[in-house]
Amino acid sequence: MLRTSSRRFTSLLQQHRFYAASTQPNDGIQQGVAHSKLLKRAPEEAFRTPELTRMSAINSETKKMNLFQAVNDAMSIAMTTDDTAVVFGEDVSFGGVFRATSGLVEKFGRDRVFNTPLTEQGIAGFAVGMASVGHTAIAEIQFADYIFPAFDQIVNEAAKFRYRSGNQFNVGGLTIRSPCSAVGHGGHYHSQSPEAFFAHCPGLKIVTPRSPIQAKGLLLASIRDRNPVIFFEPKCLYRAAVEEVPVEDYELPIGKAEVLKKGTDVTVVGYGSQIYALENAIQLAEKKMPGLSCELIDLRTILPWDVETVVESVNKTGRLVVAHEAPKTAGVGAEIASTVMENCFLRLEAPVERVCGWDTPFPLVFERFYMPSMIRCYDAIKNVVNY
Amino acid sequence: MLRSSFVRPLHRFASLNKGYSFTAGQKLSYSVLANVQSAEASKTNVASKWASEDKFTSDMTFVQNIEPLKAYRVMDHTGTVLDKSHEPNITEDFAVNLYKKMSQLHTMDGILYEAQRQGRISFYMTHYGEEATMGTAAALNAEDMIFGQYRESFMLVYRGFTIDEFVNQCFSNELDYGRGRQMPIHYGTKKLAFQTISSPLGTQIPQAAGAAYAFKLAGKDACSICFFGEGAASEGDFHAGLNMAATLNSPTIFFCRNNGFAISTPSSEQYRGDGIASRGVGYGIDTIRVDGNDVWAVYNATKAAREIAVKEKRPILIESMTYRIGHHSTSDDSTKYRDRKEVEERAQFDNPITRFRRYLEQKQWWDQEQDDAWRKHIKKAVLQSFADAEKKKKPSLDYLFTDVYDEMTPNLIRQKQELDRLIKEYPEYYPTDDHAPSSSSS
Repeated sequence: MLRTSSRRFTSLLQQHRFYAASTQPNDGIQQGVAHSKLLKRAPEEAFRTPELTRMSAINSETKKMNLFQAVNDAMSIAMTTDDTAVVFGEDVSFGGVFRATSGLVEKFGRDRVFNTPLTEQGIAGFAVGMASVGHTAIAEIQFADYIFPAFDQIVNEAAKFRYRSGNQFNVGGLTIRSPCSAVGHGGHYHSQSPEAFFAHCPGLKIVTPRSPIQAKGLLLASIRDRNPVIFFEPKCLYRAAVEEVPVEDYELPIGKAEVLKKGTDVTVVGYGSQIYALENAIQLAEKKMPGLSCELIDLRTILPWDVETVVESVNKTGRLVVAHEAPKTAGVGAEIASTVMENCFLRLEAPVERVCGWDTPFPLVFERFYMPSMIRCYDAIKNVVNY
Repeated sequence: MLRSSFVRPLHRFASLNKGYSFTAGQKLSYSVLANVQSAEASKTNVASKWASEDKFTSDMTFVQNIEPLKAYRVMDHTGTVLDKSHEPNITEDFAVNLYKKMSQLHTMDGILYEAQRQGRISFYMTHYGEEATMGTAAALNAEDMIFGQYRESFMLVYRGFTIDEFVNQCFSNELDYGRGRQMPIHYGTKKLAFQTISSPLGTQIPQAAGAAYAFKLAGKDACSICFFGEGAASEGDFHAGLNMAATLNSPTIFFCRNNGFAISTPSSEQYRGDGIASRGVGYGIDTIRVDGNDVWAVYNATKAAREIAVKEKRPILIESMTYRIGHHSTSDDSTKYRDRKEVEERAQFDNPITRFRRYLEQKQWWDQEQDDAWRKHIKKAVLQSFADAEKKKKPSLDYLFTDVYDEMTPNLIRQKQELDRLIKEYPEYYPTDDHAPSSSSS
């Protein structure tokens, strides 16, 4: 397997900013993470969600972090508060190919932060073994594209460990972190979003953050959750997404979606880096269709997902657009669409639209045409509104 | 070059042997420090290997094969100890207990196998021919964590898993610790440090390496032991697990039961090298091959392996050469792919239980009368367990939905309510009388 060094990814990212607008956006919308209103750029904004307001009373200190720094901060806190916690994977001890583990060896030593041989099934199996005797294992799979050799260990072993033993043994201390999703030039094996493969597996939890504040809170919750969790980190956000992150130890709830923008006419659901394409699509739609009001929901947890929040929203708006980078057929969007159909049948005023990657392998030079971009998401919103 | 790389680990073992009590006539000369130093020295050698001129040659030689490893044996077919200095220093009680547990397993296997044939349980796997592997159990400590494949009930028998506990699991009744979720023989018990068996082959191998690493970090004087067959050793997880244990210095004993067959596949179709043991050397793991039908050889090797693993924090590989006398499972008829005569000969002339019994008889620690009485006692106990187990209810239907996660998710709660509704609406299609009552009974 080819492992392209991240330096190339990240430096190109900084130059291009994958989602960043070309010089003259013809619709006047400043696209991308760089212009997102969802990121908390001022310290006082960091606590402006019901989940964190209480915390600010105790310690309202924040620090500017990008996503990889927030991930790093979460692991550092997890290892400080839990002596049994270890971090391992390919190339993690020098800091990781995306710098997410930098400085951890110096803080916690080589026994707790270590490189493994290049074997994904081994990494997952080793992590299952550590967790099975009560330790906290934070394993890294270098790219989500390379998680498939570990599929057996994750699906047949980790996910079923508690159930099959009658709750005598469990691997609740297991977390697998992995960079996922498009990065501008990742081709087949540095771009995939494999969450739907795992969403079909009872016993697992699948979590994906959209920002540094989320990355820290959700990763800490994932590490401490008493179930095996796969934590997918959108790699295009590692450096691009920057916000003021609370310095305290805090967790965000797993299994709860977040309503990012209230609206009344159409519900728009996504997760991870797709949220920024949706944010821009909503801006465009509300600009082009005056009076339109969209509700934006970040799923955050893909399994078990927050049916209640989504269903409540669609029962209000009567329309739904779901978007993700992964291919359409049997993707997470299909699960959401059919559940909404079951629960909101009488309220739906238009067919649910799914905006996804095409049913092809992730292509290199055609990435711009493959992606469920702002314009495709806008088109879907327009369709459900005009139906 | 070839010979020397082959000989090094053997030599290390030879020097280790000197230190153990079962090698009589030798002063205890084994020292942890000396061995760590030699291990460090050999590491340095490997690291500097390609910098030094004398590692090159003008001879173009393709390495083809190395001399097959011999299997370590303490006693022959007649139960006679070959080299008295290798006879373990044990008491009569210890030996008799070990024998009784071995014959208990054999007797239990016979009855449970028949029970499957009669349709009383759905599936079973016997241990015929591999009973001497129980020597491992006797050489380990109670807290050493066991990761098995499925033919390792000897570990449970030795550690005191009761006949009732075995039978309840096979019947999937409400007393089954696994709550009726897995097929028969997928035992597991936290109190005896025996990880629940799962069907996917080889998956336990890297897991055992991880568990042992955790023990090392926690400063525990414990190891993990991982059992697998020679067929499972062809899985990628074997490679992953051994390589990880070696590079990360996990105190794990990898124990391969090489019984000649993986279902119908003879080992000649499983590998071309010198069995599994030769691979251990390639991973930098100290390795030994033992006569798997010789309980004392298995015992001695495991005892020494445990000491190295726990004291020096590194893995050991043991390949135990034996023969699967029984069918692969109750779903298999092995006469379809191997000669019945061969099986009968092995059962008769190289039987681990018979060999051990002859040893005990030579010592006058056991006789026919005691044997008959013991087997009768076990048979009665198993049949009694059967009668009790069959009367028990199946586990409560609650257990269909619990333990998927630590807590039931909203989705699972909805699905359980859906099933409750179906049961109410179509009671004739959902017989619930066989199951223990639900706590949330609808």
